[in-house]
Amino acid sequence: MIAALVLGCSIVFFLQFFVPYCRSVIAASSNHVLSPEVRDVTGLTNPASGEDFRRVVQLLHLCPDRPEDRGEIRAIGVYFGMLNALKSLSRSIAPKVRTWTENELGRCTYFAAVALDRRVAFSRDLLAQQIEA
Amino acid sequence: MPGSASYAILFLGTLLEALVVLCAIKRKVLRRYFVLNLYMVLCLAVSWGRHYVLARDGFGSLNYRYFYFYSDALLTIVLYFSLISLYLSVFEEMKVGRYLRLGALTLLAGTSWFTYAVVSQSSHKILTYFAFELSQNLYFVGLVLTYVLWAAVLKMRQTPTLLVQLVLSLGVYFSFFAACYALSNLHPTLYARVSIFFPVVGCLLPLSWAYAFWRVPNDARLTPARLAMAGVPR
Repeated sequence: MIAALVLGCSIVFFLQFFVPYCRSVIAASSNHVLSPEVRDVTGLTNPASGEDFRRVVQLLHLCPDRPEDRGEIRAIGVYFGMLNALKSLSRSIAPKVRTWTENELGRCTYFAAVALDRRVAFSRDLLAQQIEA
Repeated sequence: MPGSASYAILFLGTLLEALVVLCAIKRKVLRRYFVLNLYMVLCLAVSWGRHYVLARDGFGSLNYRYFYFYSDALLTIVLYFSLISLYLSVFEEMKVGRYLRLGALTLLAGTSWFTYAVVSQSSHKILTYFAFELSQNLYFVGLVLTYVLWAAVLKMRQTPTLLVQLVLSLGVYFSFFAACYALSNLHPTLYARVSIFFPVVGCLLPLSWAYAFWRVPNDARLTPARLAMAGVPR
């Protein structure tokens, strides 16, 4: 009984931490201005739409991997999945929640585009260093 | 014997722990988050020790098991103090450091006493079982304390983004482990299956801390209330 209670509490706490964590990661990148190249390649609208997320992530996987942002990209991917599920559930029940989830999905896409921008810049720096060497 | 995937995860975890300390040094926050970095350095030492004992005595040996559980208890205690150091950072301006330290020590002593009281009635291998149970109990205590800390942070207007991310990632880590331990207590046969995820989740904490130290500017601040689930319209 106590174990079941602890399990229930842990799952609730997990969500209470995971969602704000994802939002803090997204918020930290929201001030980043995307380079015109990445904007062209991704074709992002302003504000970004959740529908572009998978495409931007596919582009992200084409760039050389960086260990320090791998976990965050995965976490935002999970958050995106949760939001999508919430969006489907709230479609007819709560239109306000649906609008909010659409905004959040767009912010996830913007985060992925920022990560892409950083990876492109990182690859460019690496190439420049190799040419200099 | 653990497979190559387990070794790869162990190696990745060790690499990430080193990365956290390097990032903290590079961003000049080593002193500010000293206990967190001490925990990472200890993790590195324990990883090396586990690898050494594993190579010498094998995966099924008693030595490895003892080393694993005792080192895990030690790491959990240091992680508990890391959390207390985050409390000290959050409440720095209120000058309540002395009371926080006293409270933290009392809570740790209380948890140890409770664990001993439970273990002494149900096992003859008291010390090993005590180390294992203490880890589990401290994970849950840590989870509750992190939740209280997050609730306090939510009340603040502007908080350093770095601190917010450190607290939240610690909360995710504690809650995942507490859920895994609770699940294995509910169905003891599940422990072997659940424990497979431990090294993977163990990598997530250094990964998120490394990311926070590396990416978040020292002077960046945000309003925590905007991140809470309460922001979701109903």
